[in-house]
Amino acid sequence: MKKKIKELVEFLNKNKPVRSINIMEVCGTHTMAISRYGLRQLIPENINLISGPGCPVCVTPTSDIDWIIEIARQYDVSVFTFGDMFRVPGTESSLYNERSRGRDIKICYSPADVLNFAKNNPDKKVIFIAIGFETTVPLTSVIVKRAYKENIDNFFIYNTHKLVPEALELLLVDREVKINAFLCPGHVSVIIGSKPYNFIAEDYHIPCVISGFEPMDILESIATIIRQINKGIAEVEIQYRRVVREEGNPTAVKLMYEVFDKSDSLWRGLGNISGSGLKLKNKFLKFDAKTFFPVKRIKSREPAGCECGDVLKGIKKPAECRLFSKICKPENPVGPCMVSSEGSCAAYYKYEKLKV
Amino acid sequence: MTINKNKKFKDKIIQLSHGDGGIKTGELINNLLLKYFGNEILNKLEDSAVLNCSGKRIAYTTDSFVVNPIFFPGGDIGKLSICGTINDLVTTGCTPVAMSLSFILEEGFPVPDFEKILLSIKNTTLDTNLKIVTGDTKVVEKGSADKIFINTSGIGFFGNNIDISPRKIEVGDKILINGGIAEHGTAILSSRKEFNFKTSIVSDCAPLSSMVNDMLSASKKIHALRDATRGGLASILFELARASEININIHDDKIPVKKEVRGICEFLGLDPLYIANEGKMVVFVDRKDADKVLKAMKKNKYGKDSQIIGEVTEKGEGLVILVTELGTRRILDLQYSEQLPRIC
Repeated sequence: MKKKIKELVEFLNKNKPVRSINIMEVCGTHTMAISRYGLRQLIPENINLISGPGCPVCVTPTSDIDWIIEIARQYDVSVFTFGDMFRVPGTESSLYNERSRGRDIKICYSPADVLNFAKNNPDKKVIFIAIGFETTVPLTSVIVKRAYKENIDNFFIYNTHKLVPEALELLLVDREVKINAFLCPGHVSVIIGSKPYNFIAEDYHIPCVISGFEPMDILESIATIIRQINKGIAEVEIQYRRVVREEGNPTAVKLMYEVFDKSDSLWRGLGNISGSGLKLKNKFLKFDAKTFFPVKRIKSREPAGCECGDVLKGIKKPAECRLFSKICKPENPVGPCMVSSEGSCAAYYKYEKLKV
Repeated sequence: MTINKNKKFKDKIIQLSHGDGGIKTGELINNLLLKYFGNEILNKLEDSAVLNCSGKRIAYTTDSFVVNPIFFPGGDIGKLSICGTINDLVTTGCTPVAMSLSFILEEGFPVPDFEKILLSIKNTTLDTNLKIVTGDTKVVEKGSADKIFINTSGIGFFGNNIDISPRKIEVGDKILINGGIAEHGTAILSSRKEFNFKTSIVSDCAPLSSMVNDMLSASKKIHALRDATRGGLASILFELARASEININIHDDKIPVKKEVRGICEFLGLDPLYIANEGKMVVFVDRKDADKVLKAMKKNKYGKDSQIIGEVTEKGEGLVILVTELGTRRILDLQYSEQLPRIC
């Protein structure tokens, strides 16, 4: 293992590109691994690893948090969330603060548990915050289908699901964003395969490598990117062959679109992206928390000074945000990127706050 | 922890993070509790206070236990209350001799469960010279507490010439730990009913008095001991480094972590370095005696997987540096997290 890493590091140093290049790691799990293992210390300085929008919690707009809080305040409901979402600040509160004030907000580990809770507590109205990219959508789909089949009428989802490839296209047309290659998320491609990224290589001439999450996977993927760049080619390659196939998992994709249709979606920091979201099909609309629990219009605002948008687009590194580690800290997060276990600000704060 | 009495405690309500052993707990202790009770003994904020009673030194500690669930793989709230108290005491190098036990019971709590806990307490003390010498029982209405809470206090006496304290740590000291980390936290988590998959992880909950005794017999140059409970290994190293104004190097590939523990931490996005232990002692010892102490630890049943995990590199501002298996370096900081409430 160590020998292989040494070889990869030597390869990168020997073949480093002549000019400085930006590789965007789309996925928050990659961001965390890069920081946690100190991979920047191993690669040549002119290979710049920049973080992308691939942390579902980070790209959830403040208005969604506000909306969920409003539902919890106005209705007698049990809200289940994954832990990451718990402390993300809304405009003036968070789920965490709401729980301290007596609202019934619980952390869950799997949507199936939430559905079971709803079944076992028929007198309670139960809302699951469905979040994540293509990786988690099939899980939500299974649960919604089950709730439909078993006619469970006290279970709802607050849907914030989003799709990755559509967001990447937005970055490519943004002139401020300078990306020479993408390190694509392995888990997403387990579901969607590699083909949805083909347009990036073909239309934009940007190499894409679908990578695993071990340090060696990431270094190997960077080496693959450098090989392509040095040859002047752009292709979609799969490094994470252990689990990713070109065609992905067609059964899971089919399941997604049995329950959801594509829709537009608002991304925090990136704005509205056409076709980047999912909405429940009409057949399943009775499970939609937004429809079932109407709330008064909420005036959401993004926190002043927070530069999450530029961080999510890779224009700024977390430490270049004026609030980073001064006002915005894990114990007092201003934006979600400082909260999520996949957030780039959290990764930099935790692992790269000080250069050793 | 740094004590700055001028800082105001700003939070308006108590939240779970005030009890997680991290940054917010520090603020609560420093900016609120010490404001009212600060004195030269309490201000040290060590696991046990060392008192001078008519020329004789005595170690004194207290602890409360609210773990959920009350029965978990590797232990229960009763065993935990004894181990927690013993381990807090032995960080001073003393021999625990007496304990108090107070129960807060919820109306409706089944007596067979209570007896199971009492038996477990008895069995845990069999291993030691410890006696339960006083206690109390309160019962509250259903819903006013969750099943059973336990409060303890403990007293320990010192042998001759034993002086163990963070201020004795020296540059060059080796840092040892007596086995795999993060087992208690992950065992509790995976035994919670909302957590729906089975693991074979067992809490490391254990009374470490016999092991510490063996270590003290093997070397007179043990400088400091610390029980790596809430906040995990990283937090206590951070606190010790700050308090003793030293910098530390820790080697990631030397830190024992069981494969299954690592797996579950990765799955849940947790860092084992910050997960609670209930039977792990971190030892600072003169480097010349490190192997001797390691050998003594390995001989004890609670120290079979002991390892030398790092060393004190220099006097400094209290940096804890993790050297990764790739040879890269990063700083371990005090972290903020309340992901695992009621872990002990």
